[in-house]
Formats: sequence, structure tokens, C-alpha cells
Amino acid sequence: MSQPAVDMQNLVKTFGGGRNLFGRAASEVHAVRGISLTLERGETLGIVGESGSGKSTLARMLVGLEHPTAGSMAIEGKPWSELAASGTRAFGRAIQYVFQDPVASLNPRKTIGDILDVPLRLLCGYDRDHRARRKQELVDAVQMPLDTLERYPHEFSGGQAQRIAIARALAAEARILVLDEPVSALDVSVQAQVLLLLQQLRDELGLSYLFISHDLAVVESISDRVAVMYLGEVVETGPAAQLFAAPQHDYTRALIASAPRLTVSDSPL
Amino acid sequence: MTAYIGKRLLAAIPVILGLSVIVFLVMKLIPGDPAQALLGSYATPENVARINRALGLDRSWPEQYVIWVGNLLQGDFGRSYILNRPVLDEVIERFGATLILAGASLVICSVVGILAGIASAVRQFGWTDRIVTFFVLVGISMPAFFLGLVFILFFAVQWRLLPASGMYAVYGGGDLADLLRHLILPAGTLAIVATGVVARLTRAAMLEVLRQDFIRTARAMGLSENAVIYRHAFRAALVSVIPVLGIQAGFVLGGAVYIETVFQWPGLGQMLVKAVSTRDLLLVQGGVLVAATVYVLVNLLADVAQAMLDPRLKA
Amino acid sequence: MTQSVTTPPSSSKRRSNWQLLMANRLAAAGLFIFGFILVVAILAPLLPMPDPNMTDQPNRLLPPLSQGHLLGTDHLGRDILSRLIWGTQISLIVGVSATALAALFGSLIGLVAGYARGVADSVLMRFVDMLMAFPYILLAIAIVAALGPGLLNALYAIALVNIPFFARNIRGVTVSIRNREFVDAARLSGKGHVAILFTEVLPNVLPVVVITMSTTVGWMILETAGLSFLGLGAQPPTADLGSMLGQARAQLFTAPHASIIPGLMIFALVMSINLLGDGIRDVLDPRLRSGALDRPLSVTRIERKNTPAASLADAPVLVVEHLSTGFANGGAVTPAVRDVSFRLGKGECLGIIGESGSGKSVTALSLMGLVASPPGVITGGAVYIGGQDVLALRQQELIALRGARVTYVFQDPLTTLHPLFPVATQIAEAVMAHNHVGKREAHQRALELMETVGIRDAAERASAYPHELSGGQRQRIGIAMALANDPDIIIADEPTTALDVTVQARILELLQNLRRERGLALLLITHDFGVVAQVCDRVAVMKDGQIVEQGDTASILRDPQHDYTRRLIACVPELGEGHAFLDRVRPLFEETRP
Repeated sequence: MSQPAVDMQNLVKTFGGGRNLFGRAASEVHAVRGISLTLERGETLGIVGESGSGKSTLARMLVGLEHPTAGSMAIEGKPWSELAASGTRAFGRAIQYVFQDPVASLNPRKTIGDILDVPLRLLCGYDRDHRARRKQELVDAVQMPLDTLERYPHEFSGGQAQRIAIARALAAEARILVLDEPVSALDVSVQAQVLLLLQQLRDELGLSYLFISHDLAVVESISDRVAVMYLGEVVETGPAAQLFAAPQHDYTRALIASAPRLTVSDSPL
Repeated sequence: MTAYIGKRLLAAIPVILGLSVIVFLVMKLIPGDPAQALLGSYATPENVARINRALGLDRSWPEQYVIWVGNLLQGDFGRSYILNRPVLDEVIERFGATLILAGASLVICSVVGILAGIASAVRQFGWTDRIVTFFVLVGISMPAFFLGLVFILFFAVQWRLLPASGMYAVYGGGDLADLLRHLILPAGTLAIVATGVVARLTRAAMLEVLRQDFIRTARAMGLSENAVIYRHAFRAALVSVIPVLGIQAGFVLGGAVYIETVFQWPGLGQMLVKAVSTRDLLLVQGGVLVAATVYVLVNLLADVAQAMLDPRLKA
Repeated sequence: MTQSVTTPPSSSKRRSNWQLLMANRLAAAGLFIFGFILVVAILAPLLPMPDPNMTDQPNRLLPPLSQGHLLGTDHLGRDILSRLIWGTQISLIVGVSATALAALFGSLIGLVAGYARGVADSVLMRFVDMLMAFPYILLAIAIVAALGPGLLNALYAIALVNIPFFARNIRGVTVSIRNREFVDAARLSGKGHVAILFTEVLPNVLPVVVITMSTTVGWMILETAGLSFLGLGAQPPTADLGSMLGQARAQLFTAPHASIIPGLMIFALVMSINLLGDGIRDVLDPRLRSGALDRPLSVTRIERKNTPAASLADAPVLVVEHLSTGFANGGAVTPAVRDVSFRLGKGECLGIIGESGSGKSVTALSLMGLVASPPGVITGGAVYIGGQDVLALRQQELIALRGARVTYVFQDPLTTLHPLFPVATQIAEAVMAHNHVGKREAHQRALELMETVGIRDAAERASAYPHELSGGQRQRIGIAMALANDPDIIIADEPTTALDVTVQARILELLQNLRRERGLALLLITHDFGVVAQVCDRVAVMKDGQIVEQGDTASILRDPQHDYTRRLIACVPELGEGHAFLDRVRPLFEETRP
């Protein structure tokens, strides 16, 4: 545990602002207001929050899709600004992203083989034979049939598409994965399978996950530690079991109280 | 709302300035030296230099532009050397006739187009729809200048129902009824293409809206089918039809060029075509600028009307 | 790279596109007429015809069917047929070239502006706005005036004035594609911006470019013909169709055929292209192909093969017997709901739970004939409300029941409320749909309803539009509309799915309270067992259009009988379970793994 996988210090992201044509200040949106978090190697850090909590903005900053307004970040010891200076490929090799909507994250006009080919060629620099071998390994790793490579995204269900998206993230051979609501668009039974797959891959490949979700129970089932976000700030962090058993912050308590449970309450609401 | 109109008016200023820049540049495209052309065989180098100085052509383009716009703002559009009268006087006189023609066509295409579009969408795949679709297709495929000739052949020559050309009868006439009689053929011809476009887009907008979730909500409320279509669906469809009407204003203003030529309507279009063939460039320039400015203002009206219908656009 | 993606995915798809085009009779007719014109125009140099420019003064203005001149001669005695064919060739070349130029530059501007956004977007689109600020043909006339009349100048002018049309269309599509996640994904896979624009975005934009071209090429031919008609395009002796018409106009009264023939030719050419273009658009636009733009009827089509009688004598509020609904697909009907039966008592809450595609929403919508039709069709069964089979009612009677005795609350109130009416107006409209009250009274009642559903400062909120409210408030408006006429049954279709958990909890609480206070029967459609456990007395589990199990909520959750239910419940993680959840579900999937 020498160096954390991701280290964020006082990260801030503000959208808008500036002045418009008439010199009036445009309204600002403070999406992320001063977040400090670390993701240790081999760890799954869950991030819980409702819409507008800034959790997706945080994730997009991590992979270089957004620029932080202030604060610092280091990924595997390398400062964010250094990675940003050397372009998106530097990010791609260190950290990958799995999107919420698996179908939208796959180009409808490309075969799965074409889609997986890109990171292998551009990020890993493998030759043709090596790429072909890796593609088969990847498809196998996410438990999809081999003919997947010749098919188009629309031929797959949501769960299958998410497996393919995970395979693409793995293709870059990055050690850190940012998972942005990866199971929210899926049916429960598919959701459980994808969670199992993610856990297995993490253990086998020694990955670190930043797992973002609005679903407390899902986060708890896969995370080692959990951070609760509210209006752009982290209000509470702690080991998963402890945080949900004994929440310290009012907002965390409200979240837990609102979460639907399977046990039928004898005195309904 | 007032703030919104003010904002749109402010936004129109750079557009009109941009128009003037484009017209200015187009006029600069003209091959050959204007002084040379003006002087013909008297074009000694000294004479050319003198004329250039007199016309301000020895200055840089930006300077020339600023002077030109300054003149325009004072109402000085130059003089037509063929007609030997100020360009602005001629343009304003002609533009009145064009506005009558284009305005009448715009009214026809809006009313008929929207009604036909709704009828067609409501009875999708029924006979009404097929007939409307057929006429729309014929309308948008028919060259207006050809249709005008055919109308003249039948309505004016064959059946002698309506006058073939001009705005007023040569002898007598001159009243509103006479104007209307002269207006029917050209305005109708001009409106046919535009009506097709409006009907087609209204139909598409209605069909799009009728599939929306809020229409299902209106049905789930137990509203009658008429209320669903004419209140809920049409209101939402109108938001996308209004900008189309704005664009049609441009099409009828432009299309007037053909129609005025065919029907000898003494408007701006006829003037422009003559001016182009006599290379009376100041007249072309003035006519295009005035028509474009009016068109920008019409579109501004369309924007405001759209924002009045859709509160989401005002933000 | 570009090449491999611009070719259609597979030959089978191309063939099916071709077949679809041919199945459209109008498009096929357009294709044949256009193909014929095209072949004749291309073969013009080979056809045994007189020279189109050879004048023959003695034989001027011969009528059609004259000896040696099938279509007669013009004012200089030139053969009209020959001139027509050569003129068509010129009109086609000019029109198609102008379209290609406009498409190329317009699409490039649109792609770059839409992808780059920011300053590049503003600058490019302001330029396009300037061009659009001219009434269409006037700018072309100004350009021709400056450059001088001529075919090539007319071509440039027409191409230029059509650039904005392409640029705007393509920019719009590019912006929406750019916001899709696969573009971000490609960046993270190491692609640069140029590569993304041309290998990821362009293939998705290309169909729109093709559609726009195929629907504008006819228009461009008309416009170039128009310029030539005015004498600003083709110059003598060269003639395109427009200038033939323009020159013959002087003899309109003495020899109308010389004008009418080229005019009809332009019409036939443009009409055939427009027919074909519409056909291409229909094939390439997936929404048109799927019938997603068909006008839905006010009541779902009902073609019942059986109408079972109500089997329950004690007549609960709602009895559904063997209901089947499907989607018409060509001649066949694909079933979505198969033989579904359930009942709902007064003040009871029944949950229908299932995964996506299980048919739960279609079931809910079928009850009041709200399944969009086409393609929806109710193929069997009966729905008894207060002992009356509503599917047997006349349309007007069924519509009168909607919103009165049975009302709906839908999933996403941002799309299910009318975006252009203030919320109180919408509630008032629901009131007035079933009560003869004045506007003022209905508005007053709307305010009361807003207070009932827990909207504070209702009077202030009354004039707000849906987009100005938060998701939770919008859903409260949806519920207020449902309550407007004191219904017996509320059908809530995933009412809290679009909401955050804390908001969801409050909306569910509201529904529960209303149910208790008013004795409402609630039919709740959901995918979430947590919601069912919290709200429903009984639950029915749906899979593949059928109810596999139904019963008391507590006992089903505790002791599910059907394998599917058991598995579904097992897959729901419980708060407090932690890592144990994954260990618990692992065995469930082990045997099914390939």
C-alpha cells in the first residue's frame, strides 16, 4: 500500500460562470465542491448519491473527460495535470470508464470486434495477431460467446452490452476502473450477474474500482469503503458495513431510511 | 416577454450587419475595374485614378464598407444609372407590390397548409391523407414559373376568367376589387409550393406529437379526441410549424422573382431580374438588402411567436 | 478505416433496404421514371437525333407529331425532342453537382461545428445564419448579378445558398451523436478528435446526409432551371430545361407546346426524384420503418377472440379475465400480454412486478385501451370495472370512464405532462373533462388538489410550467390530475422509477395515504420488489407476458412458489447484507454459465 491508485485533494468543478456579452455574471453551477478521497490499490470504493450530487462529474474528471476547476489529483502517483498534458491516451492506459447506458456507449455502426480493436491498437500498441488473441481472451473473460466479435451492438441485450463495455475497459489494461452506475439500467437478475463478474475480475486481475451508484444495497454488496455525496460534497466516508450500520450524517440516515426493503413492514408507512 | 423581444431585436442587429457585409463582398466579386467600365474608351490612367478617388475606390475595403454603410443609414443607396433615379425610391415603390403578392401567398400557404397538414395527419393513410400527400408532392415538384404559364394559358387565354398580367387593369380599374382579380393567379401560383411544404411539415409535426407521452396522458384524462388533437397535439405541433412559416416567408419573397416575371407584376423581383440583365448593380444591391432586412424582421416575429407558445424557449 | 465503416454492415441488410424501397410502390415508380430519364439523358450523344442547335427557319414552331420532329420545333426551327434530351442532361448535371457541392461543404461545416462546439461552432453557425438571412433565391440572384449570368455561376450560386440547409441539419445530428457515450468511450480508447469525427461520428451522420441529399436534389434542379428561365443560367446556344422554357415563353399563345413540353419534363424529372427521395428517407429513417410515426388511435384496436364472463360474483372494483394484447407486425400479431387474469378489491393495492419486456406496462395500458394502436391490438379477454366489461363499451363510453373512475399516473412526469400548459391548467382540464363546471371553479379545484398532494404555496405554483418544477413536484401534479374526479382505481405505471430514493419514499407515502383516506384501489406497476414490499397488499409476478405467480405480498416474498419468482427475489440485494449478497447469488448463476 505504498501509493494509492487515485488520490484526490480538494477537487472542485464549477460549470458556467464567466460573464456574458452584457457583462452580467452568468449563473454558476457548483457540481463538485472540494472533495478529497483516496482509492487504494485493489480496493472498491463506492460512491453513493442522488441526482445532482456531483458523482458523475467527479468520475468524468478522473478519466480526463472534464477539467477540474481547482484542486489536485494523482493517478497511480502521476499528477493529473501531467497526464492531461500528455493527452487522453495517457489517461486511457491508467484508468478506464464504464458507462451507465451500455447500449449508448457502443457505436451502433461498428462490430464488437472493431470496438475492442481500438484500445488494443492505440493504447497497447499490439500487432494484428496479438490483438486477435487478446480480443478472444477479453470476450471470454466477460463470459460472452466467441461469435460476439462479428456482431453489432443492437444484437445484444442490456446486460450483454454492459459485459462488452466492461471488456473494452479491460482491453486498455488499465488497473483502475471507474464504474458509473454500471448496473442501474439493468434488470435485477442481470444486475446480480454483472456484479458477480465485476467482483471476479477485480480479484483475478487485481483491479481497483471506483463504483458509483444511487442504489445503497448494490454499493454495499461490492464496496470495501463507501463515500456518501450530497450537493457536490462528501458528507461521510467509512468501511461499507460500518457506514450503513451506524450512519453518522443526517443525510446518510435519510438515504438509508428511504431505501425500499424486502421485508414487509407490519405497519405500512 | 418584453425582455425577450428586446434581446431578439439586439440579436438581429449583427445579422443585418452581416447581411450588409455579404452584399458588400458579393459586389466586390465583380470582375473588372468599375472605373474602366465606366470610362470605356476614355480610360486613361489619369482618368481612372480620378474616378477611383471620386468613388472612394482608392481606399481600403474596410474603409469603403464603413462609408457605404454610413450612406445606407442616411437612406443613400446610390442612384440607378439606367432609371436615373435614387435606388431607394425605386426599391420602396417596387417592394410595396411585392409585399402584397408575397403577403397574400404567405397567408394562403399558412392557412391551407396547416389545415391540410392536420387533416392529413388525423386521417393518416385514409383518403384525405392520400389526396393531400398527392397534392403536396405535385406542389413541391412543380416549377412555379411553369405553373404560372399554364394558369395563364387556361384561366386568362382559354377561359378568359382572370387577367394574365399586371397589377391593375390598364383602362379603368385601380380599385381593390381590380387588384384582387389581378392578385388571384400570381398569389395562388406562388402559394402552391409553399403550401406543400407547410402541409407536409405540419403533418409530420402532428404525427410526431401524437406519439408523445403527454398525449397519452391527455387520453388517460378522458379528454375527447377533438380536445386531444386540436388543443393538446396541435398546440405542441405549432411550436415546430411556426419557424417553418418564417422560412416560407423567405421562399415567397424569393419565389416572387419568378412569379413577377411571369405575370408582369411590377414588384421587386421583376425589377431585380431587369437590373441584373442591365447590370444595374446598385439597384440589385439595394433591392436585395431591403428584402433581406424585411425577411430578418419577419423571422424575428416568428421567433417571438414561438417563444410565446413555448415557455421553455424564453430561458 | 473510413472505408470499412461507410460500407453497409452486411450484404443482407443492403438487400433488405433495397427490398423495402421496392415494396414502396410510389418510390419504385419514381425510381423507374428517374432511371429511364437518366439513361436517355446519358445516351444523348448516341441517339439518332438531329443536332439540338441546328436552326431551320422555314420549319419553325412545327406542332408535335410533325414529320421528322416528334415533339415539333421551336422558334428557330430546332428539334424540340433533341433539345429536350440534351437539356435534361444539362439540368441533371447542374442540379446533381450543386447538390453534391452543397452537401459536401454544408456537411463539413455541420460536422465540425457540431463536434467542436464552442468558438468554432459560434463562428461557423453565425456565418450560416447570415446566409440564411437572405430570402432564398435573392442571394443567388445577387451572386449571379455579380459574377455575370452563366450556367457555372448559377451552379455556384445555388450550391452556396443551399449550404446552410445542410449545415444546420448535419450540425443538429452531430450534436446529438456527440453527446452519446460511445464518443467519450472512443476517446478513452485512445482515439483523437479527428479520428472520432470521421470514424465514429460520420458513419452515424451519413444516413442523414443521404436523406437530406435525396430530398433536396429535386429542389436544386428546380432552382437552377428557375435561374435559367430568368435568363441568368444557361446562355444560348446551350439550353437546359429552364432556358428552353424561358425562350419559348414569348410564343406561349401561338405555340404553347414549346413551353409546355420542357415544363412537363422538369415536373416529371423532379417528381420522380422526389418520389424516390421520400422512399429513400423512409427506408433510412428507422422511426418510419418501425411505424413509430403512425398516428395512434384514441382507443386500442380490439379484436377479441373470446370474451370471458366475470368469474367473481362479489364484484371487486376491477376484474381482469384472460386478457391478451399483442402488437400487429405485418399480418401476424406478436403477443406481449398472454392470458392475464387478476382482480383488485376496493381500497386494495395490487402490485404487478416484472423485468423489462415482461408485459407489465402493456397490461396496465390495455385496461383502458391506451396501448398505442397501431401496432397494439387487444386480442382477447375482458376487463370488468364495477361489473361492466369496458372492452365491450362504445369508444365514447370508454373515453368517458378514463380519468373519471379509472385514472393513470405515469412514469416520467417531464414527458407525460404537457410541456406548454401551466400545471394548474392541466389539472383543471382533468376536472372539466368530467364535470360541468366553469373555468374559475375548475381552477379553484385544481389548487385544492395541489394542496391535497402536498404542494405547498399551491397558488404560486399554479402558473408554473412542468419544466420549472422538480421531479418530485411534477409527479405530485401527475397524482393531482389522477385524483381530479375522485376515481375508484388509480393505475400507477412505475410512478417513482425516475425519482431519487428520498423523493420516491415521499411519493409512495403520499399514494399510501390517499389510498387509505379515500378507499382507492391502487394497481402499481413496478420492477422493484422493495416498492412492492412497502406498498402492496398483493402482488402478481409477470414474465414473458404471463403472470407466473400471484398472491399475498408477505407470503410471496417469504416463500415464493415459482422458480422465476424465487430467483428474482434472490437477486435483490438487501441493505445490511454487504458482501454476503454476492456469495449468496453466485450459486444461482453457476450452473447456467456457458
